[in-house]
Amino acid sequence: MFPILEAEFLAPEIKRFVIEAPRVARKRRAGQFVIVRLHERGERIPLTIADGDADRGTITLIVQGVGKTTRLMNMLEAGDAVLDLVGPLGEPSDVRNYGTVVVIGGGVGTAIAWPTAKAMKAAGNRVVAIIGARTKELVLLEPELREIADELEIVTDDGSYGRKGVVIDPLCERIMRGNRIDLVLAIGPVRMMQAVAEMTRPSGIRTIVSLNSLMVDGTGMCGGCRVATKEGTRFACVDGPEFDAHIVDFDVLARRNRTYAANEAEALETFRANPNAALEFVRRSCRLDRCHAEGDLAEVSSS
Amino acid sequence: MSGNTLPPKERMKIPRQAMPEQEADLRRHTFTEVNQGLTVLGATTEALRCLECAKPVCMTGCPVGVKIRDFVELITAGDYLGAASKIREDNVLPAITGRVCPQETQCEGCCILGKKFEPLGVGYLERFVADYEREQGRIGLPEIAPPTGKRVAIIGSGPAGLSAAGDLVRWGHAVTVFEALHEIGGVLLYGIPEFRLPKEIVRHEVNALGQMGVEFQTNVVVGKTVTIDELMTEDGYDAVLVATGAGLPKFMDIPGEHLSGVYSANEFLTRVNLMHANDFPKYDEPVFDCRGQDIAVIGGGNTAMDAVRTAARLGARTSTLIYRRTEAEMPARVEEVRHAKQEGIDLLTLANPVAFLGDDEGRLTAVRCIRMELGAPDDSGRRSPVPIAGSEFELPVAMAVVALGTGANPLVQSSTPDMATNRKGYIAADPETLRTSKRGVFAAGDIVTGGATVILAMAAGRTAAASIRDYLDTGRWDGEPPSPA
Repeated sequence: MFPILEAEFLAPEIKRFVIEAPRVARKRRAGQFVIVRLHERGERIPLTIADGDADRGTITLIVQGVGKTTRLMNMLEAGDAVLDLVGPLGEPSDVRNYGTVVVIGGGVGTAIAWPTAKAMKAAGNRVVAIIGARTKELVLLEPELREIADELEIVTDDGSYGRKGVVIDPLCERIMRGNRIDLVLAIGPVRMMQAVAEMTRPSGIRTIVSLNSLMVDGTGMCGGCRVATKEGTRFACVDGPEFDAHIVDFDVLARRNRTYAANEAEALETFRANPNAALEFVRRSCRLDRCHAEGDLAEVSSS
Repeated sequence: MSGNTLPPKERMKIPRQAMPEQEADLRRHTFTEVNQGLTVLGATTEALRCLECAKPVCMTGCPVGVKIRDFVELITAGDYLGAASKIREDNVLPAITGRVCPQETQCEGCCILGKKFEPLGVGYLERFVADYEREQGRIGLPEIAPPTGKRVAIIGSGPAGLSAAGDLVRWGHAVTVFEALHEIGGVLLYGIPEFRLPKEIVRHEVNALGQMGVEFQTNVVVGKTVTIDELMTEDGYDAVLVATGAGLPKFMDIPGEHLSGVYSANEFLTRVNLMHANDFPKYDEPVFDCRGQDIAVIGGGNTAMDAVRTAARLGARTSTLIYRRTEAEMPARVEEVRHAKQEGIDLLTLANPVAFLGDDEGRLTAVRCIRMELGAPDDSGRRSPVPIAGSEFELPVAMAVVALGTGANPLVQSSTPDMATNRKGYIAADPETLRTSKRGVFAAGDIVTGGATVILAMAAGRTAAASIRDYLDTGRWDGEPPSPA
């Protein structure tokens, strides 16, 4: 059982959790993720570690409510707990001094890019951050990025904040102008990452993406998260989640991610009919876990 | 000591008791266990058949050396709990091995009765006593030695790790088992389906180990959450056993493998067995909706058999097993193949997939196969399948499961550079002692041998446990290998 110490909404449907997980906090590095299971009938979902505090023994997760499990998680408050949390998983970001690094975050991808952007800055890079959101109130982590980025550009689809457009617009301009770019890190929706990859491909700018494939165990035992690349099949959970954008087949990724669309819609509909019943189940499940730990065991007959 | 007063000739006249089974047309639609277990009368009758050989050769066929004659005698004496604790001296998972061991090639294959009659139902009897104690809410535990003050970390809670834990804790060592998943049991939980091995039984056996003093920690991925070096230097473990299994799925590397609907057996079975996807949406994890669909499973081992029978239970219209050799070469247990056929599984033998075909949405629609014929025997003595040119055909399916075996997961090895591995990534361990190249670290089970059986992993766990005891007692690592206990 992993207690939630802090829980606050950063934007509608986007919540930040500080969770007690001392071992993960001690080990995690930028780019890694955890797998979380909320309750005893829950599914296992991957969530990137946005931040952490080894001394306090906590990690930070930023969760966007898109389906049943994430919406249910976003109903949890400080004082609640999640049943299972395992990590840190995946390979850490390859953090080095590249020169100028352009970090692009689309939507909640900004939260996933944030720890790597911070690590890139600490490694001596000049960091240009470009973050995008549908609208003003969904812009994430602006103060945090302002603190570390040498340049910060904010883009909204509707132009309600920053410039109007999509995150690849400012990247396109920089490439056209011939600005120095040694590495691009792009994290967000599949089609956004694909667009970035196509934009940097002609000039051969090294481009890294963090892939959000479906996962079950997160430790390499099932291959559900497999990614088609020019260099063969890779597992996002152990070989990634970060990959060279120029070798990834994004069409395959987008199609595989739709595998359970009907199931996901059904689960969300059932959940929406009675969200409080689901919340109660999480709370009961975590109490049960405490009982198990204290041991309610059968009679022993030793011979 | 024995309650059996029948003369040997009379014992041989008793027919082997049949395992009561759930009707095939009923069980095809449910995950409840196929084999129902012997009754008290059936078990007592079966036990009376034992000839109580002065030198019980059945024992030599058991990889962990269960004292078969002794526990069978306790059954004839009516002491079922005593029989259970007798088994637990050598085998901490009797309810499991009684169900999943290939007894026909092990204990029962050696039974003297089998030379002229049917062999003694050792597996049925082992299962009977373990089920009896569970139904009674009691556990026949062996004696535990006083604490030694030594601590052992076991990585992986599958059969190898659990059997080593049972021995080590009995000898008074403090044992902690680390598991990456959220539940204890390894392949017993995520791999073998409920209809062959109810999960309640795995939990019961794990509970018994807990009562013996084994500590379990879930959600710990050694190699990521913590390393072996940290376990030994910071957490103070005196020895470590790596029993992580061979869980890395093999794919076929043929076109179309990324289509939606193509699964590894590990993923398909994990979703159903560990995550209860068959009970979606009561449980949150989904799996391919097999209802009314045609599905195929590729392979001929027990995993393939488990996957194809699972798909049938998920409501598939047709379930086909594609195997490149003939039924005679199938590595799966005879009982599993028989059960599968009774449940309406189609066997498509001497065929091998060459491509998966899909629609515009990236969903699987068919498997393209080629016919095979058996050629000359290969290194292993089995006749190798050879493709017949021009014999390609398409089998329309909506889901395909690849069950062609597994390889070594590199997570632990890559974080422990001073522990040697072989060419295929398995851990190099001395075959006698199961010591690795790293002092204080042992390895056992599939991570050493590659994919094998539950009972062989348990046997390796026992061998490793004995070496660990020797190392903890003597502190010797270099020089002469320790003499067997």
